[in-house]
Amino acid sequence: MSIDGSNSAGLSAAHSPGSRFTVTRATPASTITLLIAVPMILILAALPAFANRTLLQELFYVFTMLALAQLWNLLAGSAGLISVGQQAFVGTGAYALFAFTVVGGLDPILSIMLAGVTAGVVAIPAALIVFRLRGAYFAIGTWVVAEVCRLILAQVKQLGGGTGTSLPPDVASSMIGLDFVRNLFTVRGPAARDIISYWLALVLAVGTFVLVYRLLRSRYGLALSAIGDSEAAAESTGVDVFRTKLFIYVVTAIVTGMAGALIFLQKARISPDGAYSLIDWTAYVIFIVVIGGIGTMEGPIIGVAVFYLLQYYLAALGSWYLILLGGLAIMLMLFAPSGIWGVLSRRLDISLFPVRRRLVGPLKHSAGEQNGES
Amino acid sequence: MFGWIDTVIQGILLGGLYSLYATGLSVIFGIMRLVNLAHGDLIVLPAFLMLALVGVGVPIVLALAIVVPLMYAGGYVLQTVMLNRVLGRNILPPLLITFGLSIIVQNGLLEGFSADTRFLNVGPLQSASLPLGGGIAFGIMPLICLAAAVAVIVLLNAVFYRTAVGRAFRATSDDVQIAQLMGINDRSIYALTMGIALAVCAVAGFFLGARSNFDPSIGPARLLYAFEAVIIGGLGSLWGTLAGGIVVGLAQTIGAHLDPEWQILAGHVAFLIVLVIRPRGLFPRAVD
Amino acid sequence: MAVLETHELTAFYGDFQALFGITFALDEGETVAIIGANGAGKSTFLKAVAGLLPRQAAAVRLAGRDIGTLPAYEIVKLGLSLVPEGRRLFSSLSVEENLLVGAYGRRGEGPWSLATVYRLFPILEERRHTPSTALSGGQQQMVAIGRSLMSNPRVLLCDELSLGLAPIVIRDIYAALADIKQHGTSVVLVEQDLVHAMSVADRAYCFMEGRVSLSGRPRELSRDAIHAAYFGL
Ligand SMILES: Nc1ncnc2c1ncn2[C@@H]1O[C@H](COP(=O)(O)OP(=O)(O)O)[C@@H](O)[C@H]1O
Ligand SMILES: [Mg+2]
Repeated sequence: MSIDGSNSAGLSAAHSPGSRFTVTRATPASTITLLIAVPMILILAALPAFANRTLLQELFYVFTMLALAQLWNLLAGSAGLISVGQQAFVGTGAYALFAFTVVGGLDPILSIMLAGVTAGVVAIPAALIVFRLRGAYFAIGTWVVAEVCRLILAQVKQLGGGTGTSLPPDVASSMIGLDFVRNLFTVRGPAARDIISYWLALVLAVGTFVLVYRLLRSRYGLALSAIGDSEAAAESTGVDVFRTKLFIYVVTAIVTGMAGALIFLQKARISPDGAYSLIDWTAYVIFIVVIGGIGTMEGPIIGVAVFYLLQYYLAALGSWYLILLGGLAIMLMLFAPSGIWGVLSRRLDISLFPVRRRLVGPLKHSAGEQNGES
Repeated sequence: MFGWIDTVIQGILLGGLYSLYATGLSVIFGIMRLVNLAHGDLIVLPAFLMLALVGVGVPIVLALAIVVPLMYAGGYVLQTVMLNRVLGRNILPPLLITFGLSIIVQNGLLEGFSADTRFLNVGPLQSASLPLGGGIAFGIMPLICLAAAVAVIVLLNAVFYRTAVGRAFRATSDDVQIAQLMGINDRSIYALTMGIALAVCAVAGFFLGARSNFDPSIGPARLLYAFEAVIIGGLGSLWGTLAGGIVVGLAQTIGAHLDPEWQILAGHVAFLIVLVIRPRGLFPRAVD
Repeated sequence: MAVLETHELTAFYGDFQALFGITFALDEGETVAIIGANGAGKSTFLKAVAGLLPRQAAAVRLAGRDIGTLPAYEIVKLGLSLVPEGRRLFSSLSVEENLLVGAYGRRGEGPWSLATVYRLFPILEERRHTPSTALSGGQQQMVAIGRSLMSNPRVLLCDELSLGLAPIVIRDIYAALADIKQHGTSVVLVEQDLVHAMSVADRAYCFMEGRVSLSGRPRELSRDAIHAAYFGL
C-alpha cells in the first residue's frame, strides 16, 4: 500500500472527458505555504526555550485537538463516515496507555505507540459491526460502540473501575529523554515532562497533518473522492469501497488512540467518563471541523484557533458556553455549511493544501464544486 | 426460578417504555430518512416541562395534555424553520443541527432545573402493583406504560393506513419526488412527521418521569436505547419497533439480574449481536 | 389556444446544462410526441415542466397561467400530471392506494375516479389489493397512468410508456390512451419508439442534445429529416 500521490493525478486526467483540461493539485499558494510552514514548525519546536509552562500546556491542548480534528475530518469530510463515536478510540488509547505503563510497566512513549495499535485492533471488529449501518445510523452505531467500551472499562478494577485511577508519579518520571530535557533547559521534572508532552503533541499534530494530506493525495484519496460522489459508481470502476473505508477507519482509529494516550499521559488521571467523553473528544472536535470547513486541510486549523479563543474567553460560562457552541453549530449548518475556510477559499479562489483535483482550463468556476460536499 | 420469571416480566414492561422512546425515531426515519440526535433530550425536555407545570399546581394529567400538543407544535416549527432547509443527499447538516440541539436542550435544562434528580409524582398509582403470587408482581405504572406504547402504535397505524394523509406519508417515504407529482407537499408532510414524533416523545417523557428518576443528562442514553430498538425491530413496521424495544428491555433486565452493573452494557451487546446476525433487524421492510 | 407552452426553457442538473432553450406548445385536445435519442433531454423537459427541476421563471405557461415558479405539488393541482419514466409506483402501497394517492392533488370535478379508472383498466380492479411491486410491467404502467388520471389533469405528460413492455401490452396501453384523449385531455408523449409515437401524434418535436432539432406534423416529416434530427447526421 504505497502512499504516493505521483500517479493519481495522471489517472484522474485520463478519466476526465476531453483533453482541454489539465488536472493539477499544486497551486502557487500551496508552494508559498510550504515555505512558511516549515520555519513555523521549527519555531514551534524551539518554543520551550522561551515560553512558560502555561503556554506550552495550552498549545499541547491545541495540537492534540487539531490532530483529532484532522482525523475526524478525514473520516467524515473525505470518506463520508460521520462518526460521533471517536471517543471510543481516544478512551481506548488512553486506557491502553495506563494498562501498558501501570500494569505492564512499559515506557510511556513506547506505550503511546502500543496504545495506537490497541485502538486499531479494537477498530477492526467495531468497523465490521457498524459498517452494517448506513449514513446517520452509522453515526449512532459508533456512539454505541464507544458506550460499550466505556461500560466495559468501568468494570476493570485494575484500572480503577468506574471512578478511574491516577498515573503513579514514577511512571511519568521514567519517561525516555526526561533527564536530557531537564539538563537542556535546566528545569525541574514536571516542567520537563510538559516539554516532552508538548513536543510529542507537536509531532502528533504535524504527523497527522502530513499523514492525512498524503493519504488524500494517494490512490486512497482518489478512491475516497469517487466513493464520495457515488458508492455504486466507485464500486463499478473497481474501487473496493468496503476495504477503502475499513482502511481509513482503522488508520484513523490508530492515530486517534495515540492522541488519546498522549492526552491522558499529560492529564495523568483517567476515568471512564472522562476518557470516553462525547463532548470532549467528539462534539468539540466536530465543532472545530465544521466551523473551520469540513473536507479541507485548512479548515481544522482555522477551526481549532476559533475554538481555542471561544474556549479561552467563554468556557467560564459553563453550560451557557455549551449552549452557545450548539447554537453556533446550528447557524453554521443553516447558513454556511462549508465553514469559514469554505467561504473564504471560494471568495478568494485559493487553496493552501490542495487535495481536491482542480480542473485548470476554460471552465473557471468548477474547481471547488467538482467534488463539492453538497 | 421465580426470579427469572420476574426478570422476564420486568424486561417486557421496560420494553414498553423503550418502544415509546423509539416510536418517534422510527417514524421520522421511516418517512424522511432523518436521524434526530436530540431525540433523547426531547424525551427528557417534556418530562421537565410537566414537572414545571405540576410545580405550579397543574394536575399531572392536565400537564400531559398541555405538553403533548406543545411538543407537537415544537416539532412542526423545528422541522419548518431548520431541518427542511437542509434536506438532501448530504446527511451531515441535519445530523449536526440535531446534535447542536441536543447540547442546547441538555444544557438549557441544566441551567433551568439544575442537575438534581427528579421524578414526576403521578399519585398513588406510582408504586401500586398487581401481585401474582410467588413474589412476582406487575407494577401498575409499567403496565400502563406498555399499554400506552401499544395504544400509540395502534393510533399511528390507524393514521398511516386508514387515512388519506397517512397514504401521503407512506407515499412520501417511498418516493418523495413522485409524491410531489401527486400534489403532496413533502415539506409539510415532514413538519407533520416531526410534530407527531415529538408528541410521542412527550408521552414517552411522561412515562420516563413516572417510572423512574430523571435529570438533564440522561437524554443521550435514551436516544441510544431508542435507536437500538429501531434497528433491532428492522424498520418494517412500528410493531417491529415494539419488539425491538422489548428485546433491549429484556437484555437489560437479564443483564442486571446477572450483575447489576451489567444492565446497560447487556442492552448494547444485545444490539450489537442482532446487528451481526441480522443486520436488517428482526422485521425488515419488505422492499427498500 | 395553447394549453401548455414553454418559451426558451432551460434546465440544469447542478452545473450541467441539460436543456438549452426549448420553445414548445401544446394545443387543447392535441397529442404531441417528443422523440429523440437517449439522453436528448426528453425526460428532463417533462420534469422541468412538471416542476421537479429548477427552471427560469415565466418560461412555462399552463392555460395561460405562469407556472414557472410553482413547485410540482402546486402544478398538479392546476391540472398537469406526469406519468414518470420507469413508472415509479409507490412500492409499499397497494394498487388501489397508489390510485388514491393520485387523487391527493385533485381540485374540482372531472371524468376520472376510482370507478372510471377501473373501467379503463379492469385488471386493476381485480388486483386492487395487490402490492404494486407484485404486478407485471404492463399492469404497473396502467397503475401509473391511472394514478395520474386520478387528479383529472387537463394535460397529461407521459414518459416512455412503452419502455420494456411486450408489443401486445404496448397496444393495450395505446388503446387506453385513445380513450383518455376522448375526454378532452391534451397529451404529451415522450417515446423512443418512433412508429408508435408518430401513429397517435398530431404533431411531433424531435430533441437532440437539449435542443429542438425538428418539429412538425408526422405526415410532413420525411424519414431522412427525422433521421437527421434524431442522430444529428
Ligand atoms: N439526475 C441527473 N443528474 C445529472 N444529469 C442528468 C440527470 N438526469 C439526466 N441527466 C442528463 O441530462 C441529459 C438528458 O437526460 P434525459 O432528459 O434523461 O434524456 P432522455 O429522457 O431524452 O433520454 C443526459 O445527458 C443525462 O445524462
Ligand atoms: Mg428519458
